[in-house]
Amino acid sequence: MKVAVVDYDMGNIDSVVRAVEECGASAVLASNAKDLENSTQIILPGVGSFAAGMVGIRRSGLDQALNESVLNRRIPFLGICLGMQLLGKFGYEGGKTSGLGWIDGEVQRLTPNGHGERIPHVGWNTVEFLQDNPLMRNIPSGKDFYFVHSYVLACYDRQNVIAKTEYCGDFPAIVGKQHIFGVQFHPEKSQRFGLQLLKNFLAI
Amino acid sequence: MIPASMAKIRVMPTLLFKDLGLVKGVSFDSWRRVGSVMQTIKVYNLREVDEVIFLDISATREQRPPDFALVDEIADECFMPLTVGGGICALEHVRKLLQVGADKVAVNTAAVENPEFVRSIADTFGSQCVVVSIDFKRLPGSGARVFTHSGTRPTDNDPVIWARRMEEMGAGEILLTSIDRDGTMTGYDTEMIRQVSDAVSLPVIASGGAGSYHDLLAGVRDGKASAVAAASIFHFTQQTPLDAKRYLHDRAIAVRL
Repeated sequence: MKVAVVDYDMGNIDSVVRAVEECGASAVLASNAKDLENSTQIILPGVGSFAAGMVGIRRSGLDQALNESVLNRRIPFLGICLGMQLLGKFGYEGGKTSGLGWIDGEVQRLTPNGHGERIPHVGWNTVEFLQDNPLMRNIPSGKDFYFVHSYVLACYDRQNVIAKTEYCGDFPAIVGKQHIFGVQFHPEKSQRFGLQLLKNFLAI
Repeated sequence: MIPASMAKIRVMPTLLFKDLGLVKGVSFDSWRRVGSVMQTIKVYNLREVDEVIFLDISATREQRPPDFALVDEIADECFMPLTVGGGICALEHVRKLLQVGADKVAVNTAAVENPEFVRSIADTFGSQCVVVSIDFKRLPGSGARVFTHSGTRPTDNDPVIWARRMEEMGAGEILLTSIDRDGTMTGYDTEMIRQVSDAVSLPVIASGGAGSYHDLLAGVRDGKASAVAAASIFHFTQQTPLDAKRYLHDRAIAVRL
């Protein structure tokens, strides 16, 4: 098993690599098409703005390499935080920008809903499952995961929403479409259940 | 009351690093050694602490950059959120810290010297990873003032106005520390925490002075803080972050248990 962690200069790749290793797998940093080719799973981490993220991905031709590996070769894919948001068609953070477009949806800023919500949404919050999915094996619905974000991937198709979290209304905490997954929280920083989720992904 | 839709209130141990070890002082002075970094991080990781703040308090004063190798080592043992501060004054510092495993960076002196620095971090890495750390002291007759360089240099900034300015610049959180209360274990300056919480719509982390679980509760209930940070209480007493959360939970504060 060789897990490719995409390195496009956008953040906490080292934490993700460490978490993958903690799950008993070996991770390689992937910054070009060649690095992705032989991987068994692909993880796209990332913190930062949507526009900067897409610039980082396009700069090294990673967008085409990802399309090839994930859409054509069907290598299981997990986007984390910004990496999940980039799955959408569009984002507006840092100017309207096209995303990878694998999941029908667009990235919107959280708007306080009259409950005194503070933005960014930082901290531990409850993830409630809406569907059964192998990604959540051995994780009970309603556990807390660690979030740190101001934007969410609003999905056009509810079928793609596997779990939700309440904050400023509710937003997709986990999205999935066949072998493509995205999580808005940070499994690599969510201790026991976060590592369990990563293990589940590596078993897909 | 805390509405159901809020994120859980976080209880965050603060680790202060100086001269190769962890220290804790009183009012940013009289430092005592309190143990090794790696050992402490491992314990907190095992106990599923909500989040850890690691501040290198001598970096700015010694005019050196953050110790990236040390943060790398810490982050490798840290499967929980980690905020790192001390000596950060360039975008490249932020990039490297995030790369080696920090989730957020805390800036203090550099934000005062160049407020635009906060904006450039937010623009590049997103607001969510910029914690602006505000150390303040109440001065007789002239109100409260923000201090830099680990509490050694006064500025003309009022903490409330400064917090609002930092929000405009793109800060994602405010870490608000009372220098007067720091290490005294006599309770937070809840009045100032409340003023800052009311002035900004960002999460505010209360810091400086917590000596009991009740003080943490006061930071949340009276100060309206989104998170409570503390050091002495966890270094020098038998009180633990987990028991603190049980105490808060029993008083209807939403925490992760």
